[in-house]
Amino acid sequence: METINVKINGVDYAVPKGSTVLEAAKAANIDIPTLCYLKDINEIGACRLCLVEVSEGGKPYRMVTACVYPVTEGMSILTNTPKIMQSRKTNLELVLSTHEKKCLSCVRSTTCELQKLCLEYGVDESRFKGERIEYAIDDASPIIRDNNKCILCRRCVAACKNVQEIGVIGANDRGFDTHIASAFEMKLADTSCVNCGQCIVSCPVGAIYERDDTDKVREALADPTKHVFICTAPSVRAQIGECFGYEPGTDCEGKMVAALKRLGFDGVYDMNLSADLTIMEEATEFIGRVKNGGVLPMITSCSPGWIKYCEHYYPEFVDNLSTCKSPQQMFGAVVKTYYAEKMGWDPKDIFFVSAIPCTAKKFEVGRPNQAAAGVPDVDVAITTREVGKMISTAGINFKALADEPFDNPFDIGSGAGAIFGATGGVMEAALRTAAEVIEGKPLEKLEFDEVRGVEGVKLASYKLGDINLNVAVASGTANAKKVLEAVKAGELDVQFIEIMACPGGCVNGGGQPIQPADVRMAIDLRKVRAAVLYNDDITSDVRKSHENSAVKKLYDEYFGEPNSHKAHEILHTSYIKRGL
Amino acid sequence: MKKNLTTVTFRGTKAQEEQLIAVIESLRGTPGAMMPVLQQAQEIYGYLPIEVQKIIATHMGVSLEEVYGVSTFYSQFALNPKGEISIGVCLGTACYVKGSGDILDRIVEVLGLPAGSTTPDGKYSLEATRCIGACGLAPVLTVNNEVYGKLTKNDVDGILAKYK
Repeated sequence: METINVKINGVDYAVPKGSTVLEAAKAANIDIPTLCYLKDINEIGACRLCLVEVSEGGKPYRMVTACVYPVTEGMSILTNTPKIMQSRKTNLELVLSTHEKKCLSCVRSTTCELQKLCLEYGVDESRFKGERIEYAIDDASPIIRDNNKCILCRRCVAACKNVQEIGVIGANDRGFDTHIASAFEMKLADTSCVNCGQCIVSCPVGAIYERDDTDKVREALADPTKHVFICTAPSVRAQIGECFGYEPGTDCEGKMVAALKRLGFDGVYDMNLSADLTIMEEATEFIGRVKNGGVLPMITSCSPGWIKYCEHYYPEFVDNLSTCKSPQQMFGAVVKTYYAEKMGWDPKDIFFVSAIPCTAKKFEVGRPNQAAAGVPDVDVAITTREVGKMISTAGINFKALADEPFDNPFDIGSGAGAIFGATGGVMEAALRTAAEVIEGKPLEKLEFDEVRGVEGVKLASYKLGDINLNVAVASGTANAKKVLEAVKAGELDVQFIEIMACPGGCVNGGGQPIQPADVRMAIDLRKVRAAVLYNDDITSDVRKSHENSAVKKLYDEYFGEPNSHKAHEILHTSYIKRGL
Repeated sequence: MKKNLTTVTFRGTKAQEEQLIAVIESLRGTPGAMMPVLQQAQEIYGYLPIEVQKIIATHMGVSLEEVYGVSTFYSQFALNPKGEISIGVCLGTACYVKGSGDILDRIVEVLGLPAGSTTPDGKYSLEATRCIGACGLAPVLTVNNEVYGKLTKNDVDGILAKYK
C-alpha cells in the first residue's frame, strides 16, 4: 500500500495515499466526530461536525471537513484546537436548534449519535431559539418516520437511493422548509418502499424506527388462554449480543433462548428448522421446474423486502419466484396446523411470534395467502432490537444467564438452516440438498465457496448429476436489479437465483442492532456477523436440511413428501404484480 | 417556501404526453437533463402535477421522489396550474413595506385559498410573487394581465368582485 507522510497534532504518521483526513486520522487511532458521515454510503461533508484545521505547503491553517478532504504529502492536521472545538460546538447547537429534544423517551436514547456528541461537547438546550416546523409522524407502514427529530444528514436518503437504488425518500422543498419525505408527501406505505429498513440502521438519531410491536407480545404472554410461541431467525442469535454490549460477531444463542424462556413463552423454537423445511420445498420445486420445463430461472422467496421489490419493480419476474413461504411464515403455518392438530388446540388460541433481523417481515405477516389455518400464520414479527428491548425491560440480566437449548419438538436446525442469514446461504443450503437428491450419494465437500462472501453479485456453475447448473446470488436491491437486467437482456444464463434485499443478507438486516458510524467505519458488519453463522454451520451435528430429523418427522407424520398437495396448501403462497 | 400540492383534476392529453416523451428522448444521455426536462414539461402542461412527474420518472429511469425533490427545490416550477383568474400579489420589498402582506392575507381569507395554490375547479389561482417592477405603484396586485396599484386591503373585495 502506497503511503504519504502527514503530521497529525504534531506527530508524524505514514497514512494510505488517497485517504481522506478522517480516514487518515482513524488509521492513526485518532477519532474525529462525525454526524452525516457513513462509510461508503454518505460522504458529503454536510453537517460540519468533522471540522479540522489543515496546513498544506507551509500555508496558514484553514478549516476543512475531514470526511471529504483528501490528505496530501506533508500536510499538517490539527484535530482538536480550541477554534475547532468551538466551531463544532456552534454547529452542534445549530443542528439542535430545530431538533425535537424529546430524548427521555426516544427510541434511540443512549444509542443516538447526536446525543453522544452533545454530551462530549457540553451542549445542552440550544443557544439558538427560533421557529421550528411541526411535522406529522408517518406511522402508516412498519417503518415510522418522524421528521421532528430529523437532522437532515441524508444518511437514510443515501441508503435508500445509492445503496438500494430505490429512492422513495429524499429532500423536498428548500431552505428552512427542507425536509426528508416521499414524492408528493406520500406516506411510505403508499410508495414502492420495500420496508428493508436500511434507512433505520443508517439514521444517527431517532427520526426513523420500526413499529414497536412488543406490547402485543406482552399482552399475549399475559393472556392465560393463549399458547404463545416464539421462533428466532438464524441472524438474531448472532446479533442480539450487540444489544447487551457484546462485540459484533458474538454468538449468544444459549443466552437468547434462556432469556426468552424467562419472558414466559410457552415454547422457544429454532427458525433454522423451518429454513430446512424451506429448502426441502424449494429444492424440490426447483428440481421439478428443471425436469418439467417450469419457469426458470427460479428465484428464492425468503426475503420479504426482495419480494415487494420484485412485485413493484419487476412484476414480469413474479412467476419466477419460488412459491415457498419464507421460513418465518412456514414456521407459523406448521405450528398452527400440524402442531395444533397434534395437541388438540384451536389455532385461534395460538399466538405465534417471530423474532427476526428484518423490518419487512412486519409487512409480510399481513400479506394475503399467509394464513394456512384460517388465522394469520404469524401474529407478530419483532426485530432483534425489539427482542433486546423486551429482555432488558423485563429486568433480565442477559449476560448472567446460562445457556439453554431450544424447546421440543422444534429444536433441531441444521447448519444449512443456520447460514440462511448470510448472502449465498440459502443457495448453498439448497445446493447441498439438491446435489444429494439428484446424485443420490453424499457430497464430498459441503462448502460451496463460490457463493460465499459479501460481494453484491456472485455467479457460479455446478454440475449436479447430469444437470449443468448456473446460479447467481445477489444481496441488496441494487444488485438484484443488476442481475435481473442481465437476465432480461439475455446476458446472463442462470437457472437459480438467490436474492436478499439487504446488502450482505439478513445479518445486515434493517431490524438488527444499530451500530454507529465509527463502528461501521472500523469493521464490516456483514462479514463479522456472517462469520457467526458459518461457525454455527461447521459446529452443527447436522449440516444438510434433508438430514434434519425434525423435518423428516414433519413429512412422515403430516406432509407426506415435499411439494405434496398438503405441503402446497400450507407451505406455499402467491404474489401480487404491483408495479409502480 | 413550501410548495402546496394541487387539488385540480389533471386534464393532460395523449398529445401532450407524446410531446413530453419526445423531449425526454431528445435529452437522453445528456448529463443534468432533469432541469431542461422539467422546464419543457412545464411549457407543455403549464405545471408539474404527479401525473406529469410520473411520466418523467418512468421515462428517465429515476425515482418519482428524485423528480419531486428537484421540482420543489426551484421556485420556477409550479405544482399548481394557473387558474382562469390568476392573481399575483407582489411581495417585493417596496410592496411589502407598503402593506402587500395584508392584501395577500385578505385575498386568502376571501377565496379560502392559500398562496401558491389553485381552487379545485381551476377557477382561481393565487401566487405571492417577487418584485414585478411596478414599485412606483406599490403595493400592487395583478389579475391575469391587469395591474392594480396603490392599494389598501379594503380595495381587495371590490377587485375580486369584478371577476366572479
